[in-house]
Amino acid sequence: MGSQMDSARDAFGDGQPAGEIPRLSVRSLSKSYGTGDGAVTIIENLTFDVARGEIVCVVGPSGVGKTTLLKCLSGLQSVTSGEALIDGRRIDGPPREMALVFQEYNRSLMPWLTVRKNVRLPLRHLGLEKIDEDFRIEQALTAVGLDQAVNKYAWQLSGGMQQRVAIARALAYQPEVLVMDEPFASVDAQTRFELEDLTLRIREQFNMTIVVVTHDIDEAVYLSNRVVVLGHRPAAVTKILDIDIPSPRNQITTRARADFAELRTEILSLIQAGKAATTSIPTQPS
Amino acid sequence: MAASTSDTAVLAKRGRNRRKPRVGRPWLITIEVLVPVILVATWWTASADSANPFFPPLSTIVERFQQLWLFAHFASDVLPSLGNLLAGFAIGGVVGIALGVVLGIGKVLSGLFAPVINFWRAIPPVALVPIFVALLGFGNEVRILTIALASVFPTLISTLDGLRALDPQLRDVCRMYGLTRRERLLNVYLPAASPRIASGLQVSLQTAFVVMIASEMLGSSYGIGALTLLAQQTFATSDMWAGIILLGVLGYVLNLLFNVIRDRVLQWYVRSQKIGKEM
Repeated sequence: MGSQMDSARDAFGDGQPAGEIPRLSVRSLSKSYGTGDGAVTIIENLTFDVARGEIVCVVGPSGVGKTTLLKCLSGLQSVTSGEALIDGRRIDGPPREMALVFQEYNRSLMPWLTVRKNVRLPLRHLGLEKIDEDFRIEQALTAVGLDQAVNKYAWQLSGGMQQRVAIARALAYQPEVLVMDEPFASVDAQTRFELEDLTLRIREQFNMTIVVVTHDIDEAVYLSNRVVVLGHRPAAVTKILDIDIPSPRNQITTRARADFAELRTEILSLIQAGKAATTSIPTQPS
Repeated sequence: MAASTSDTAVLAKRGRNRRKPRVGRPWLITIEVLVPVILVATWWTASADSANPFFPPLSTIVERFQQLWLFAHFASDVLPSLGNLLAGFAIGGVVGIALGVVLGIGKVLSGLFAPVINFWRAIPPVALVPIFVALLGFGNEVRILTIALASVFPTLISTLDGLRALDPQLRDVCRMYGLTRRERLLNVYLPAASPRIASGLQVSLQTAFVVMIASEMLGSSYGIGALTLLAQQTFATSDMWAGIILLGVLGYVLNLLFNVIRDRVLQWYVRSQKIGKEM
């Protein structure tokens, strides 16, 4: 326990310019289900910050509680203790400044709506002028390369295309923070590369802060300014790594760099160590 | 034809994992047309010389069918029956969906009313006809009311089921993007439940049809049900058979119409299901 607390505290001041309120902030966040002896702790005392315009990846093995973390972060689930803040404000419901891209695109798009209408759905209650609404929809669909498929239904498109629709829906909502839950886990490798580059482009074009939860270490290194490594369950920060690989990044040259390989090795060892700690007989903390 | 294509689609889905060679569509249509034709032909020849008063020759039945329904009694009996059916079904369907939404969205309410609903659904709707007649008399409104009441429950229950089966992720999407209650209901929850609601409406339509006939067999002097019963009681068996055939044809046509409308309204569903199967 003691060492976890320390690493959390170390993480606290990491990579944060002094004096500026971080866009997103997770402070000593814990989440458990149930009460008493039956209680299961999913997240324990998690602390990290995300600065404006950063891409931060949260990486950890499957089942470590990454999705639960995202749900707490996006206000879809309440936290047990601690807090999540957006621009210094406590998150206790989905904030207007945030959009979420879900892992399973086929369950997050409305099959009875066309691509365009799916993207339009969250805009209707914003009371925009028609011209403004149309512009946003067109801009978002162009950004993800779907301006030719506006009148198709989502289920007529491939998996990667469907996830693009989900991303476009988030973009048109014009959030300041875009949170993505394993967004590219169920598309093929080639599409995944394209969508990763799309994510980087979006950050540039829309100046967004992006948090991506993933179990793919390469993806985390490729996308991020910083990687938050969750080692074991209950999820706590094992380490926060700065990724100092220069931008713009390129699927071929960036992935061939020596420091890319070093970083992925480091993260992998951290995760493996965390797994070992979870599965072996627990030792007494020093 | 829509009825048959969706049925064969279901069969195809069930048989997907069995290594059964798929029968081509033209074949299926041929068989579908051929079987009734053979049955009717068999009936026709077998009953041609029938002297049995209860099974008159089909040729006589067809003759009576023409005389009775095309179109002597069409306006006086068929149209009122169909009018009652459609009015009752419309009321029942709307009330069923509305009640289903109210109960499906409020968890407390649905808990409170679950026993009552389950009790009501267990009563065969036809059994309610005598009570209504006793309470409210023989008026046409009573018939419509009975049809409406009987057709509420299948729709109500399937609306409830449809809303309960909503993918929690869609709920999360709604919350994340701050959709208003009205938007959630009209643009997400109801469309998501619509395939199930349609199934419920279809059962409601069949129930309404049965109750329409039953309601006319008690104390009514006009309507298809009344005329058919009267024929049976006066030993006009050919007329009775003609009435039964008319009911069969009407039931078939109504179901067909329903399927056509449903497949048009739920085009997204029908087509997305087909794509799902091909993959």
